[in-house]
Amino acid sequence: MTAKLTIADYPLAETRSDKIRGQRGRSLDDITLDAVVAGGVTMEDLRITPQALADQAEISRAAGRPTLALNFERAAELVGVPQDFIMSSYEMLRPGRAKSKEQLLDVAKAFRQTYKAELMAEFIEEAAAIYERRGLFTYRF
Amino acid sequence: MTETPNRWRRYAQWDARPLRLDKFAAEDAAHGFSAFTSPADPKPGVSIKSGKIAGMDGVLAHDFDMIDEFIARHHLDPTIAPEAMAMESGDVARMLVDMNVPREQLVRLAHGMTPAKLADVVSRLNALEIAFAYSKMRARKTPGNQAHVTNAKDDPLQLAADAATAVAFGFDEIETTMRVSRNAWSNAVACAVGSAVGRWGTLFQCSSEEAEELRIGMAGFTSYAETVSVYGTEKTFIDGDDTPWSKAFLAAGYASRGIKMRCTSGAGSELLMGFHESKSLLYLEARCLCLQRGMGAQGTQNGGIDGAPLTATIPGGIRELMAENLLAVWLDLECASGNDARSTESEIRVGAKILPFLISGSDLICSGFGSILAYDNSFNPSLLNGEEMEDFLVLQRDFEADGGLTPLPEERALDLRSRAVEAISAVFEELGLSKPTADMKQSVVVASGSDETRSYTPRDVAKISEAIKEREITVIEVIKALVKRGFAEEAQNLLNLVKLRVTGDYLQTSAMVRKGKVVSAVNDPNTYLGPGTGYRVSEERRLELNSIRDVLDQKEVLRQEALHEKDEAKRIQYRVKGPAGQGSDKKEVVIGISPAFGLNLFQTTAGHRLSDVLKGMIEAIEKRGLKARVVRFRHTADTSFLGISAATLSGSGIGIGIQAKGTAVIHSRDRLPHNNLELFSNAPITKLEHYKGFGANAAAYALGEMPEPVVVPTRGEAMGSRYHARVALIYAIETGLTAEGAAPEDIEVKFTGAKS
Repeated sequence: MTAKLTIADYPLAETRSDKIRGQRGRSLDDITLDAVVAGGVTMEDLRITPQALADQAEISRAAGRPTLALNFERAAELVGVPQDFIMSSYEMLRPGRAKSKEQLLDVAKAFRQTYKAELMAEFIEEAAAIYERRGLFTYRF
Repeated sequence: MTETPNRWRRYAQWDARPLRLDKFAAEDAAHGFSAFTSPADPKPGVSIKSGKIAGMDGVLAHDFDMIDEFIARHHLDPTIAPEAMAMESGDVARMLVDMNVPREQLVRLAHGMTPAKLADVVSRLNALEIAFAYSKMRARKTPGNQAHVTNAKDDPLQLAADAATAVAFGFDEIETTMRVSRNAWSNAVACAVGSAVGRWGTLFQCSSEEAEELRIGMAGFTSYAETVSVYGTEKTFIDGDDTPWSKAFLAAGYASRGIKMRCTSGAGSELLMGFHESKSLLYLEARCLCLQRGMGAQGTQNGGIDGAPLTATIPGGIRELMAENLLAVWLDLECASGNDARSTESEIRVGAKILPFLISGSDLICSGFGSILAYDNSFNPSLLNGEEMEDFLVLQRDFEADGGLTPLPEERALDLRSRAVEAISAVFEELGLSKPTADMKQSVVVASGSDETRSYTPRDVAKISEAIKEREITVIEVIKALVKRGFAEEAQNLLNLVKLRVTGDYLQTSAMVRKGKVVSAVNDPNTYLGPGTGYRVSEERRLELNSIRDVLDQKEVLRQEALHEKDEAKRIQYRVKGPAGQGSDKKEVVIGISPAFGLNLFQTTAGHRLSDVLKGMIEAIEKRGLKARVVRFRHTADTSFLGISAATLSGSGIGIGIQAKGTAVIHSRDRLPHNNLELFSNAPITKLEHYKGFGANAAAYALGEMPEPVVVPTRGEAMGSRYHARVALIYAIETGLTAEGAAPEDIEVKFTGAKS
């Protein structure tokens, strides 16, 4: 196991610009204006990776910010989740959108099974239990 | 105006001041109008059973509402809580203002404190202590600032120009929003392009509907978001159409797209939304902030954002806004510290509101300084708007405090605006979105606000915006368009900004970009431990802060005087006749002129030619059948001594002393130097008529009469602020020409009669 990152490794753009990769494996140094003009750069090259978020989580934890680190870890799980599913899941978490606890648990299940997003699945399950206790599965509009 | 009997009319004058447009509310805790404490606020407390929070602030776990539940699970650290909660609040308050207690120690304790405890601690600090603690506790060392860039027409040309201007002033972030929500995409592209002009690194957000905002971010146009609002009561949260979990989900969503995010909260929102539970503003905000830390948000925008105007109506409201900003930084959150919605019509209250933040510094001093004119601010007018930009720049210079901004030379502003308008026009043309005319462009470049432009209307913009959205245009296409049309520098700047999201360095707490590098609480932590530590304005930065426009120095004063030298030479000739002796003619009034009078200096501070002033006085003296003798003194430049010296030489015993800047005195030989007969001390408002009257009165005194003194009416102008810098420089020229014991000289004055 490699040593955890510390605040000395920050910012990654300066300490390891050659190692950081976008989603299609292109390194930061390769994303140049010439490459954009040549048509070789897509938005996918400009997207953060789960690895970068995991790295930032380690740095946050080293800086004494465990809750920020957890957010980055949940985010890392969402990187590969399609935008539409993210938006529909967000919608289901809003008050009264899910009409029952089961509906929300189904969302959690999809995160766990389809996207291997264990942290986010647990987070939504936690929400489902509390929404039930606080009566949020109710008519709103 | 009708007379109101039995009223001190001062009240009527007070009624007319802008302050009285502000309305003030009585303290009324039961109805939510209480800043710091309310009988309904819980007593701080925590109970822990088998490592879990079993009760908090007087509520048992099974009765927790959503907010309690989230805070108990995600904010409160049960390993720290017993120690932190057991500490006496007064002791912790003292630690916050003790420069010897490191920030980290207090941040750690905050992880174990409940909302009621945090509120109890900061409520013990007075305003000065809060500002000091804020300065010590804020997360990042270097202060920054954020601007609003919007306009009343959603005109993209103006947005680009104004974004470029805001960037040049030094804002670290700019935020836009729309009058018409469909225009979001056009606004985003325009601001993204405009903010890439001149330099790179200013982060940009487009405040719109949550889903749309995320999509705009995904297309690469924006780099941060701060619309993730949280509230301090459950019912308000639900009316806001969210829960702590849905907001936390969104926080992770933004991070997963490499977009920086902060939450928004602040006093008054629960009160405005009708579910305040009779709790104090501070306690409710403490809940919001614990929630935000629990969610894993890197930061907050708080300090009564939309609720600031309401909070400012409540006793102690402004102190409360400061206290909630302190809570944010104590909880180790980046703080965009409000100073956003304009909370008053009183300019004095505006200045007082901003000052503590300016001198203590903040991650983002304003979470929206209106860089545009107040009427163009689509969020609502800010505390400070484009109108007041220079006031803020001067405050920075006054206090040698870094408010994140730098004065912008006029020519540079025009160049940048022009470049930005050309850049966005090129992008629109290249992408087949629109082709703005030369007149549209030129009207925007020079316009201060949208009232003056002949550019796009909101309807035109809606078409452009919908095309951007439907065609799924991304920042890549915009960068290519810029390169194709010769805007390679702007293209590179924009690319640099989008590349930030690949590493996510700017997702860390309090991140901004300075000189091409990410600077955050991780690599630029605030390590304040007393004088000489923490953020200090460097000499280089101090000179930048000083560089406001139209600054006077001696060279400038002499340059201005030289413009008048030729003009005066045509009108008056001064010829030295020889040493001035004691006069014996009872019908003589001596006019004593100062060393530089008519030689180096040629006009009074009111702008009168010295030839006209002298002529006016001499004619008035002669009109009474007396003679005026002009004597130049070189042993003094002081008005009183010029006057008494003139009177002493005068055959009548009456003399006038006058300095080149126009300050004049009538003196009598038998009086003490500083006890004159009449004095014009306010030269800048002294008119030629007054000088003529002065001559007439000097003659009258010489004839043994007692005239009505000439009074120069003042309306309370701040003469010192308007003129003293110039006066001191001019006076130094006079004193520089004095010589110890130099003898007075008779001067023959000849008026040529030339007119301009």
